[in-house]
Amino acid sequence: MDATITLIVNGKKRTVITNSERSLLDVLREDLHLTGTKYGCGEGRCGACTVLMDGIRTLSCITPVAKAHKKMITTIEGLADDDSLHPVQEAFLAEGAMQCGYCTPGMILTTVALLKNNPQPTDEQIAEWMNGNICRCNGYPKILKAIRRAAAQIAEVKTP
Amino acid sequence: MIEDTLTEEPLEIQRSEPVEEPSRQVKLSRRTFVQMLGTGLLITVTHGVSLGQRAGGRSRQSTTVAARLHLNQDGTITVMTGKVEEGQGSRAQLTQAAAEELRVAVDRIRLVMADTDLVPDDGITAGSRTTPYTVPAVRRGAATARELLTRLAAKQWKVDSNALNVHNGTITNRTTKKTITYADLAKSKDIDEAFKQTIPSDVTVTPVAEWKVLGTAVPRPNWRDLVTGAHRYPSDIIRSNMLYGKILRPPSYGATLTSIDLSEAKAMKDVVVVQDGQFVGCAAPSSFRAAQALQAVAKTASWKTVPQPSSKEIFSYLKKNARLGGRSRPRTRGSIDKGLADASKVLERTYEVAYIQHTPMEPRAATAEWKDGKLTVWVGIDWPQRAQRDLARTFQIPTERVRAIVPDMGSGFGGKHSGEAAEEAARLAKAAGRPVAVHWTRAEEFTWAYFRPAAVIECKGGLDANGSLIAWEFTNINAGGAAIDTPYNIANTRILSASSDSPLRQGPYRCLAATANNFARESFMDELAAAAGAEPLAFRLAHLENPRIRTVLETVATHFDWPARRKKVTPELGVGLACGTEKNSVVAACVEVGIDREKGEIKVHQVCEAFECGPIQNPANLLSQVQGCIIMGLGGALSEEIEFEDGKILNASFAKYRVPRFKDVPQIDVHLINKTDIPSAGGGETPIIAIAPAIGNAIFAATGVRIRSMPMRGDLLKQV
Repeated sequence: MDATITLIVNGKKRTVITNSERSLLDVLREDLHLTGTKYGCGEGRCGACTVLMDGIRTLSCITPVAKAHKKMITTIEGLADDDSLHPVQEAFLAEGAMQCGYCTPGMILTTVALLKNNPQPTDEQIAEWMNGNICRCNGYPKILKAIRRAAAQIAEVKTP
Repeated sequence: MIEDTLTEEPLEIQRSEPVEEPSRQVKLSRRTFVQMLGTGLLITVTHGVSLGQRAGGRSRQSTTVAARLHLNQDGTITVMTGKVEEGQGSRAQLTQAAAEELRVAVDRIRLVMADTDLVPDDGITAGSRTTPYTVPAVRRGAATARELLTRLAAKQWKVDSNALNVHNGTITNRTTKKTITYADLAKSKDIDEAFKQTIPSDVTVTPVAEWKVLGTAVPRPNWRDLVTGAHRYPSDIIRSNMLYGKILRPPSYGATLTSIDLSEAKAMKDVVVVQDGQFVGCAAPSSFRAAQALQAVAKTASWKTVPQPSSKEIFSYLKKNARLGGRSRPRTRGSIDKGLADASKVLERTYEVAYIQHTPMEPRAATAEWKDGKLTVWVGIDWPQRAQRDLARTFQIPTERVRAIVPDMGSGFGGKHSGEAAEEAARLAKAAGRPVAVHWTRAEEFTWAYFRPAAVIECKGGLDANGSLIAWEFTNINAGGAAIDTPYNIANTRILSASSDSPLRQGPYRCLAATANNFARESFMDELAAAAGAEPLAFRLAHLENPRIRTVLETVATHFDWPARRKKVTPELGVGLACGTEKNSVVAACVEVGIDREKGEIKVHQVCEAFECGPIQNPANLLSQVQGCIIMGLGGALSEEIEFEDGKILNASFAKYRVPRFKDVPQIDVHLINKTDIPSAGGGETPIIAIAPAIGNAIFAATGVRIRSMPMRGDLLKQV
């Protein structure tokens, strides 16, 4: 059934009239043309489709768009503040924590959610939190370094 | 076809495929070319460029300077290559190659990759060939351009070009201190004529000792677009008025469609349904709608199925169907019969390797658009010119009416040599009269992409009374001949790669059969060492002359503290080592493995690996590749295995097919050896081949149990 769905995506109100069973991922990519959010498995097992919904990490491929109605959605396109990248994006660049980069948007947004919940995670906590995100290039060591760097960077900003 | 490429090195066979020669020369007018590059600054090409030439592959067919690079009036240089970027780092490396020889900073280079209308054919991106073949091709092109530019400056100033220096894109007369930039020279009309020159194969390139850009950790130029989501992967290409397509798949391998009713789907609003023989697809304004239409079609389909072997019986099936004679010829040394007869101890073992899937993060994807009889596709494939040729053949149109573009894509690992989605999208787009995107689902990628072949490897080894290896018989059934030759010094050998009848569609994978062959060889070497009562490292070194392998083996043993660690082995804690060589690079690894026999768990704690592939061109990227190979190797070693029955894949999802995740990552110590007196080899594959055997050897060291089948499942330890 078609429904009118309102999403606040990256700070902008977007209204779509669409079948409410469609995934949030499909609507972001196909209707709003926000292709930074990736399809990886369609069953919530790889984390490539991760977005933040009201600040909480959300697997958009298994989230019906109806569930996102009136919610604040942050996709990778909305993370930077104009030209100024988010510290997690900066950390991924600084560590070169990407190979093909296809998992990167999901990795970055999952990290943002991690550091919001736990600004100083141990390596074990990082692995636990990130375990749902697959990198098939297996670039985990550098991603781990980027997460540590981002945590340190955020701590530095907070402690004047 | 891909299946044929397995018993030999694949690219040689691909190179002998018939190619439509005449259509490979694409003439572009200056205007078209400028429009395509979109710079408006291009000045070097006025008389048409010969594109689509085989340029940077193994063969040294001629390419003009103009086909390889263009000077722009703003001082940037556009460099063109047919190679694709899929995470392995070719974009940075080829940019470095051009910058090095042109004597400019990397940010002056604009690299255009994998667009058949713009780039020369550099062959397929596979086999670690970009480093040994395309990097030199780009360097020769750039060095030739620099020489031509220097000569032009010398001509203008009426001096000898030896009196000039080139630095940072500026040519300086050492005596008069007069300068002229590439950008200035780009305005000269002599450039066009000069750049029509063929790139000589013997042009001098910068020696390793003088490298300023190569050899440094240059980041991939478009990294920022990857962290912001701005980069468009093949699955992100959206064209105006585009539809999304879904393709009807058979319920099992070998099934054929006998009847189908399209009427219900055809009656759906905004839906296009296409049938052409066995091909049935639907396109609609959203993928959801297309899937609904496909469901309506699929429920009416009748199929004729055929019996198929299952993964439970795969190894006996492959063995039964092995073609051991005929075209498969063994490579021999000495007399294997005599060697085995002379041996005081003979060991005979069989190893197995399961089918696995590449599972690139981005499944196969393409967008196709027909305009004025010309087809443009954006597709994730390792060779744009192959997509171009295949599509031209399918649609019976001249090659130059097909443009294939490969945007930097979401990985491949050897799994994207074929571009099925491009043809599917093009068929639907043609019928719909609108652009169509086809994005394979994960289940489709698991089921319909080709697999890394399963293998049965039979080994026989003979030891003399002194514990020296004097006979070696090695037969790989089905997986192929990569790294099948033993690097060990053995007087009598018989080595054979035999094909079989693979029930699954199989093809290349990172390092091809080298992983399977090295697993069997290095496991068997350990078994022979044990039979000889020798220490595994000493046993290997005693049979090893290759100085490069010796170096990595000794390096890794030292860093890992092998002798001391080996003494500390307990039933719960094992250490193992393995080495190997392939694609002109060498690798050795030591691992520590923790074992819980009650739970049937194997956990890799540490991997220490030494790797050498000649002069290192980009150390940061090489480190990423080695780390990636090590962890990817854990998957094949311990958990990845395609299960199938009745022509269906039983575990076609990440929920059922376990790939390495964060929690599986061990402590990793990588030691890259920069050997500068040989040419650079690629580094994205060989580091994978030492992992599985090192783990198997560590399991044996701890438990005395030898697991001879990949993946090595912990529950095997439970039953013993």
